[in-house]
Amino acid sequence: MSAGDVTVHMQVNGRSFALEIPPHHTLLDVLRDTVRLTGTKECCAEGECGACTVLVNGQAVCSCLVLAVEMDGREITTIEGLASGGQLDPLQEAFVATGAVQCGFCIPGMIMAARQLLALNPYPSRAEIQEALVGNLCRCGGYSRILDAVARAAASQR
Amino acid sequence: MNTDYWIGRSHERVGARDRVTGALRYTADLSFDDALHVKLVYVGGARSKIKEIDRSDALKVPGVACVLIADDLPQPIARFGPAFADRPILATGETKFFGEPVAAVVAGTKDAAEAAAALVQVEAEPLAAVLSVEDALDHASPLVQDPSLRPKDPLATTNVLREWTFGWGNTDGVAAHLIVEHEYRFPMVTHFAIEPHVFIAAPEGDGVTLWTPTQHPFVLQRVVAAALKWPIARVRIVAPDPGGGFGGKGWPKFEPLLAVLALRLGRPVRLVLTLEETFQQARRTSARIHAKTSFDGDGHIIAQELNTDFLIGAYADIGVRVVSKASYAACGPYRTQNAKVTARALLSHTTPSTAFRGFGTPQASWAVESQLTEAAGILGIDPVEIRRRNLPRKGEAFIPNDTPADGDWAAALASAERSIDWHTPLAKNRGRGIALGLKSSSTASASLAIVRLHYDASVSVLSATSDMGQGARTVLAQIAGTELGVTPDRVVITMGDTSIVPYDSSTSASRSTVFMGNAVLKACAEIRRKLQAICAKALDVEESAIEVVPGEVKTPKGTMSYAEVMQAGLGPPRGEIIGIGEERGGGYRPEHPLGGRPEFWEFMCTAVEVEVDPQTGMVDVTRLVLASDVGKALNPAQVEAQDEGAAVMGVGHSLMEELILDSTGRIVNLGAMDYRIPTIQDIPRDLHSVLIENEDGPGPYGAKGAGEGGILGIAGAIGAAVNQAVGVQIRDLPLTPERIWRAIQSAGAKLP
Repeated sequence: MSAGDVTVHMQVNGRSFALEIPPHHTLLDVLRDTVRLTGTKECCAEGECGACTVLVNGQAVCSCLVLAVEMDGREITTIEGLASGGQLDPLQEAFVATGAVQCGFCIPGMIMAARQLLALNPYPSRAEIQEALVGNLCRCGGYSRILDAVARAAASQR
Repeated sequence: MNTDYWIGRSHERVGARDRVTGALRYTADLSFDDALHVKLVYVGGARSKIKEIDRSDALKVPGVACVLIADDLPQPIARFGPAFADRPILATGETKFFGEPVAAVVAGTKDAAEAAAALVQVEAEPLAAVLSVEDALDHASPLVQDPSLRPKDPLATTNVLREWTFGWGNTDGVAAHLIVEHEYRFPMVTHFAIEPHVFIAAPEGDGVTLWTPTQHPFVLQRVVAAALKWPIARVRIVAPDPGGGFGGKGWPKFEPLLAVLALRLGRPVRLVLTLEETFQQARRTSARIHAKTSFDGDGHIIAQELNTDFLIGAYADIGVRVVSKASYAACGPYRTQNAKVTARALLSHTTPSTAFRGFGTPQASWAVESQLTEAAGILGIDPVEIRRRNLPRKGEAFIPNDTPADGDWAAALASAERSIDWHTPLAKNRGRGIALGLKSSSTASASLAIVRLHYDASVSVLSATSDMGQGARTVLAQIAGTELGVTPDRVVITMGDTSIVPYDSSTSASRSTVFMGNAVLKACAEIRRKLQAICAKALDVEESAIEVVPGEVKTPKGTMSYAEVMQAGLGPPRGEIIGIGEERGGGYRPEHPLGGRPEFWEFMCTAVEVEVDPQTGMVDVTRLVLASDVGKALNPAQVEAQDEGAAVMGVGHSLMEELILDSTGRIVNLGAMDYRIPTIQDIPRDLHSVLIENEDGPGPYGAKGAGEGGILGIAGAIGAAVNQAVGVQIRDLPLTPERIWRAIQSAGAKLP
């Protein structure tokens, strides 16, 4: 622990962590460098690309935009926390099945943003999916397979 | 075993599961316990004289291991590059583009490196910079490159790095019914792969190892070895799967610097660029294209004269090849009776321009396709029809002495015409556009593959292709599985480590399915030949009595599995059977302007429908259809996904993307906030891809390359559709709402 570090207690994917962290480190920094969960990706670091999206108490946030010290007492879910017991989340299954995954770098953030959408709105329209994912950039694909994947996951959950 | 189902089916992407769970390790996810962190130091503006660099405060930051500047390196400083060794490892004397570092800070933590980098004091004097085509051609402008770097080059005292003239026939004095002559501009755009550039280097044994998501591990190995003056064998490149490449991760950048740092410090060093820094290290080659197209009264192209001035960056990178290759085939997929293309690669004080999906063809296509559409309007010929009249038939040599037309291009055109409902009426403020694109594929290049059949008949494929989102692993697994009759779970593809995989020229030019695919095919054939010999010996029969088919060996004593043959032939000591495949295509031809004929043409027909809001100039691309002749789609979903992705990327440079420089050459719209790329809300409601498959390509099972075609004609199609919708003709990209709105206003103002 260095001078100025702050102790933060958080749950990540159901595990409890007590972390000593510099107050200027973002949640993204801490997830990747301290907790060593690298599934959450860094791209723009200014909340525009969505690659670092995680769930904080069920709400999708850009982990590059929040300081880790603000996460005291929160429950964080990252892409590594979605599958359980070897069983992929319906969104993960759907992204694979529709061919929505290309280079894959945007996919963890994309899936986490979609996870929140489906939690709030199990019957999203095409426009509602677009609205929910407008902050998640993909550069390989044409997005249409991502739309199909989210719609497919929604249907499979009903 | 029937394994036919492997080919032509949309098999699940190999590696997709690791990508949806976060398990896949991209380069920045690799962890080295003792790694030091690198932060680069820059000065503002495109070009500055470096007068003094004061490192004293930076060196006081706890944890700082070193602050390296050019003066610390052996002089003259080592230079590197894939085409010319012109780029110094660190800026020396002066910076030549915004984003060229003058120092590298190395520290134990990212925080310390960042803090120290901010404390490096650089005294620099801003100098006049070359920022545009016009600047580069102005004799009063400063020289971007020191002429001493270009000995014996007659152009060394100009900013023209190279110039070429391509063509055939005689364009002088042709009798034309109609001449259309205009100038077109294509902006600087950036690749914006979602994974920013990252470089890790570590001393290892007698050499150095670099981890970086490069598309071309063997190019990097050669360039780093040359920069270090080391044998190639002492440089090991490990290329984890890139998080998107698009050409931006093709060519060396900071790898030589990282190698030097790792060797000096004896520790692993890592440099993760921010997205803003990434924007400053690679871009598409911008262009000014002057086009003069001559037609007869029926719309046949009598002549095309093109002046293609491409603005490359401060160093040649591979931009110089972009210019020659795109210009050579700039006249497009047409029967042009007389052609003259005068091309120039112009140096400037800007980010090095490099390969970018389409490799210069979208720039040329924007001009050529717009010219054709405009001529069609003047001549009263339908834009589809004028293209049909000029399309070569399969087998026709539309560029003399080169690869003839190699597909059913008319079928693709007709298919796009049908799919977009070309002849149906349009509502107000709507328009349709169609454009063709033709890209020269890989010319002289080589791919090697090693396939290992293990004792249990499972298979390892070693290939230096990079799986950067196109799905190369999947296609190579499909090929090896088909040829050796094994199921997907028994094939493992290893890529990207030059100490394991054999040589491959590059993952570029849509070449991997054809070149690497054929190499894997040939390696599998060698394994089957060896199985035949082993089996004959084990059974003591003539080899001719043995037939090896995928998954099975037919012998006079009955059918055996591959594993049974290996057990019988290799016995208890065990072993494996190794096949080596090599594909060199048509090979190097010194007399050819590009050093070789394209192995195939990548052809694409693009049709769009747009709706334009005349009040705001906003364009909504409502429908987008792509039709290509791919020979054989080994994995149709992967081909379609690449087409769609390329098309949406093309919508970006057509409507919204442009790197904007201020008067000092600083990029003002750095990063995701200020540089907009298409989002999920920008995609056409109807976006689909039609594949023409006649199994007539040079790749496995008749495949041709795919993946870049979708981007080639987008701008020409959208420009034509906007023109039809609101009656404005704009020749500078992107077609921003402001440009369209202003054009509408000025057109309206001229009305009586």
